[in-house]
Amino acid sequence: MICIIDYGAGNLRSVAKAVARLGYRAMVTARPSEVLSASVVILPGVGAAGDTMRSLEALGMVDPIRWVIGEGRPFLGICLGLQVLLTSSEEGGGQECLDVLPGRVRKLPQGIKVPHMGWNQVRQMSPHPLFEGIPDGANFYFVHSYYADPDDRSIVAGETDYGIAFPSVIIKGNMVATQFHPEKSGDWGLRMYDNFLKFVGGGSWR
Amino acid sequence: MLTKRIIPCLDVTGGRVVKGISFVQLRDAGDPVELAAFYDREGADELVFLDITASSDARDIMIDVVEGVSREVFIPLTVGGGLRNINDMRRILEAGADKVSINTAAVLDPQLISDGARKFGSQCIVVAIDAKALEKKIDSPEEGPLALDQSSRWEVYTHGGRTPGGIDALKWAERAVELGAGEILLTSMDTDGHQDGYDLELTRAISEAVNVPVIASGGAGKLEHLYDAITIGRADAVLAASIFHYGTYSIRQAKVYLSERGIPVRL
Repeated sequence: MICIIDYGAGNLRSVAKAVARLGYRAMVTARPSEVLSASVVILPGVGAAGDTMRSLEALGMVDPIRWVIGEGRPFLGICLGLQVLLTSSEEGGGQECLDVLPGRVRKLPQGIKVPHMGWNQVRQMSPHPLFEGIPDGANFYFVHSYYADPDDRSIVAGETDYGIAFPSVIIKGNMVATQFHPEKSGDWGLRMYDNFLKFVGGGSWR
Repeated sequence: MLTKRIIPCLDVTGGRVVKGISFVQLRDAGDPVELAAFYDREGADELVFLDITASSDARDIMIDVVEGVSREVFIPLTVGGGLRNINDMRRILEAGADKVSINTAAVLDPQLISDGARKFGSQCIVVAIDAKALEKKIDSPEEGPLALDQSSRWEVYTHGGRTPGGIDALKWAERAVELGAGEILLTSMDTDGHQDGYDLELTRAISEAVNVPVIASGGAGKLEHLYDAITIGRADAVLAASIFHYGTYSIRQAKVYLSERGIPVRL
């Protein structure tokens, strides 16, 4: 079962609809036990890191998320669902995060409009099944004011330029995270969901 | 590079798109889902649905529209028109909108912007501003931080452009962003409907005053108007209705035109 974590994020339903459109069944849940028994876990996200962490803590979701990722269970983090995987965020004067990926979440540089809102190109750093059928430099829809800066650069699978070059796709084994919103990125976005669901765990979860 | 967005605006009443496009073979030119899918195929970067009835019974119909569109179309969706409180916003967002656009309600109660931004995130809150150039200078300004004064050039109107708000458009835009607006949808009442070009001075003034994206609206008649709004007006996105609905230009044509002139667009 695909499990979409419900902690009140605004794009939850868009994610569910995208998955449904591809012909998969997904469960939207706020229960840690269901996340622990899911075969694929999706952590959507919009809003602020502080609120997100507080909501995840209140639901008792922090350890289950760390557990499923640690175990190598197929996992997809979107936007803030990527950012909270890092050690901490500069947002709101500093916020401890899940610390699944060592590194910091930093504010986009000064001198450009923030949030970074709209369609921008994703540079594919190396071939990967996630990018199957998606051209290098294809546009995806972004909305964010902070970006993830992981210590381990080898996990950066996609980069995007806005003031600086920042990681827009992170892949580590079965853990995939995107700064953009594939569920709002038209055909390429749907293709990316489809690719993810096909390749993770060798597709054996289905 | 961040691309400039082209956004068609669809007016909805009673669950139907009015001014529905008639130039393409659709089964039903007024069906919101069909039209949204059409513009998505054409390459629209985002869609704005405006509820022009905006009575409370219309709200439930609009929710069905948003539900239907968001099941079929996977690009950002902004919904506005008559949203009065947090609960209205929540229902529209839960139905599948990515952003809500507020106008009159924000002017009457600016705290709605900060409450909305805190609950749903700034990226969800679009403040729509209908502005009109002042015909003469203000001699005796009213009290208040946003009130029109001698330096004011544009006044904010509310209630679909029927009511002068007595406040300065530039100051209001800055205030709205301070309160948490993630984007400004700026319509010039002077140019709207004339197809003679956007109000470039207004667009540039607001775009330079705020650090969030500004969507220019009102006055697109030719493709060079879109180009001017982006280059001279410094708009981050351009919204248009008639030129797309009546098939004067397709979205694809607009994008090719801009791209050939060096504007980054998603093709």
